[in-house]
Amino acid sequence: MPKVHTFDAVIVGAGGAGLMAALYASRSANVAVLSKLYPTRSHTGAAQGGIGAALANMEEDNWEWHSYDTVKGSDYLADQDAVDVLTQEAIKTVVELEHMGLPFDRFPNGRISQRRFGGHTNKETGKPVMRACHAADRTGHMILQTLYQQCIKNEVNFFDEFHVVDLIRVGDTVRGVVAIEIATGEFHIFHSKAVMFATGGWGRVWEVTSNAHSLTGDGPAIALRRGIPLQDMEFFQFHPTGIYKLGILITEGVRGEGGVLINSEGERFMAKEEYAPHIKDLASRDVVSRAIYLEVKAGRGINGQKYVHLDVTPETVNHYYELDGEDRRIDREYIEAKLPDIADFTRTYLGVDPVKEPMPVQPTAHYGMGGIPTDVNGRVLIDAQKTVLPGFYAAGEVACVSVHGANRLGTNSLTDLVVFGKLAGKNMAEYCQEAELLPLPDGAADEVMAEFERIRNNNGGVKAHEVRRKMQESMTENVSVFRTKETMDKAIADLKELREAYQKVSIEDKGKVFNSDLLEAWELGCLLDTAQVTAVSGLARPESRGAHARDDYPDRDDENWLMHTLYFKEGDGYRLDYKPVTMGRYEPKPRVY
Amino acid sequence: MQAQLRIRRYNPEKDSAGYWGEYTLNDVNSNDSVLDLLHRVKWEIDGTLSLRRSCAHGVCGSDAMRINGANMLACKTLVSRLGDGDSIKIQIEPILGLKVIKDLIVDMEPFMDHYKSVMPYFINDDPPPEDGRERLQSQEDRARFDDTTKCILCAACTTSCPSFWANDKYVGPAAVVNAHRFIFDSRDKAPEKRLAVVGDTFGVWRCRTNFNCTNACPREIEITKAIAEVKNVLYTGEI
Repeated sequence: MPKVHTFDAVIVGAGGAGLMAALYASRSANVAVLSKLYPTRSHTGAAQGGIGAALANMEEDNWEWHSYDTVKGSDYLADQDAVDVLTQEAIKTVVELEHMGLPFDRFPNGRISQRRFGGHTNKETGKPVMRACHAADRTGHMILQTLYQQCIKNEVNFFDEFHVVDLIRVGDTVRGVVAIEIATGEFHIFHSKAVMFATGGWGRVWEVTSNAHSLTGDGPAIALRRGIPLQDMEFFQFHPTGIYKLGILITEGVRGEGGVLINSEGERFMAKEEYAPHIKDLASRDVVSRAIYLEVKAGRGINGQKYVHLDVTPETVNHYYELDGEDRRIDREYIEAKLPDIADFTRTYLGVDPVKEPMPVQPTAHYGMGGIPTDVNGRVLIDAQKTVLPGFYAAGEVACVSVHGANRLGTNSLTDLVVFGKLAGKNMAEYCQEAELLPLPDGAADEVMAEFERIRNNNGGVKAHEVRRKMQESMTENVSVFRTKETMDKAIADLKELREAYQKVSIEDKGKVFNSDLLEAWELGCLLDTAQVTAVSGLARPESRGAHARDDYPDRDDENWLMHTLYFKEGDGYRLDYKPVTMGRYEPKPRVY
Repeated sequence: MQAQLRIRRYNPEKDSAGYWGEYTLNDVNSNDSVLDLLHRVKWEIDGTLSLRRSCAHGVCGSDAMRINGANMLACKTLVSRLGDGDSIKIQIEPILGLKVIKDLIVDMEPFMDHYKSVMPYFINDDPPPEDGRERLQSQEDRARFDDTTKCILCAACTTSCPSFWANDKYVGPAAVVNAHRFIFDSRDKAPEKRLAVVGDTFGVWRCRTNFNCTNACPREIEITKAIAEVKNVLYTGEI
């Protein structure tokens, strides 16, 4: 029998959103934070370039401009009321992080240093604005460390290396979660009034990704299996600058500091009329990723390969500053100080020194705009009428508020984590004051325990890593920067076969202690589910918007498709529904950068 | 090339003692990481091989291991760094000084306890600025502790330290690094509390400056220098 623990609330995941929620919720509620990793291993720590907030520390800026950029960046699919919450709260929350001790870089006047980032502009001039608050190129690392440190100070209850594998839902209530203690293999039930999923993304669906091995979509898959829809899953961001073949992220901050993308003909191609003649390399990510793809397709990849160059050598940067009529100039020391981790990555993995030579880059699967639908207080919404499932919360990448719509702006993921982690944590604590602890149903862990036994004892002879590789290859080939009906049909057919193969996956490790063979096999099931939702949701949307770019429907269709997709799992099949986007001050117009 | 891996194995459910497992991989590239090779062993040869890993590019701190006798992150160590030619031998063991749970996985709790003992969190109970904005800090003051903010708690330093091997009550280099990060932060108001911990019997004076920690750090933090700076504050009373 699983051991039962009782808390007011359980937070699943200990990245930026989970830790921020924990700090707030644990002020008045008895909270447990469960993570399949040690908290400081969470992928928030890999975020690099900055957190967006209109502090206006160096030049004029305000939250409304930040809202406008976010809505435009989203290709008008973001809910504009939620975006206003994001951008206003961003300012307060970044200041709050500084008060918690976060070591931001500083401007000479002692204020938090800010840099340019893709899609962030001065609304009046249309020129890039310094809005990305940063600590060198390890901003996410500093956020994760600072929040974890504050959690230690505030004696938050952590259950490290507890892998959550099910949500206990009874009708329209939640009663807790089921987790495996990785060190012992024992099942535990965390019985609670409220549950928050802050489990991060699912980038491991694709072959080349910036995401950690642990980002396997556990949160969305569990929610889906418990009758909760997933929203806007067709919108998955491919970051333009991953290290060629490896996918390791090279921050947009490189371009914020003046770096440019160059093709085999030596052209700064983002300046071309068909791409982004005004803000060029600082266009939003979907635009830049498509441009790289098209340059490569036209034979202008470097050495005929599927990559282009990202050049931040002082000679090149200063050359283009001069051409653009800017006074600014940089030198090698500046690059070393502002981009030390990037320099370390390319030196380590490529033997390329970025202060002396360009870096080979290609788009890399990076961030899910979609996820578990929530309101601005993190409350999970389970249908097109926005019905709340009381006691169930989501925050961070796994949630879809939606502030990112069809394409997220750089720096807004960290903003999202801390802003909505905080609001969700506060709301959940208030909920726990009122709510009663409802009894656990009989055999609350039975179903998922049976699934683990099935995997453990399966003799089908199929290896999990082979199924995973085939899924990653198919999704990369068919549901990537560009897609069509034909390619998505192919992906769905491939996934059907792979899901059948998954039923025959067998493992070699039959033990209990640290059985990662077993857990990886279970995670593969989550990846297959999220891949399926992505492909099906994409096929059902006959338009191009943000990260969902279809060769067969190249135009945006605002008349019919200012709608959020909702995918429901029903038995072995599914049902799709739609809800309208919440509009506001900004009417949809053609998106020009 | 061909890689011959010698991996320290131990399964508490089966083995009374650890042993060396030997595995041969073909078609290894010089730019494969040691983590890539461990994944190949796990996925292609023996699914029971157990290790921690997550980000796979040296920022999460999960996969510190002893590789050919030196502490490194498996994901950040390329085969080319370990040798060249048609064949290469790589020996991989868990980091030393912490109890082995299974294969390459050690009990991190004693390490985390040392980390927590130095109060690794910002302390400043003064009211923040009245304008509702950030506290100010000069670029020079910020630079004083920049290096020690890079720590990812991988334990490569502490588990390479002979003083820690000799006595695991020593807080170890990683804890001192994290104390340094706050002691030298001009905004923090509690340096004396941390100095009391790192100045105690099991604090910085156990450091014999042999630089193992600095060599082991995958984030290239100048750890021995940071420890010396803390010693200097203890000695002079001035930060």
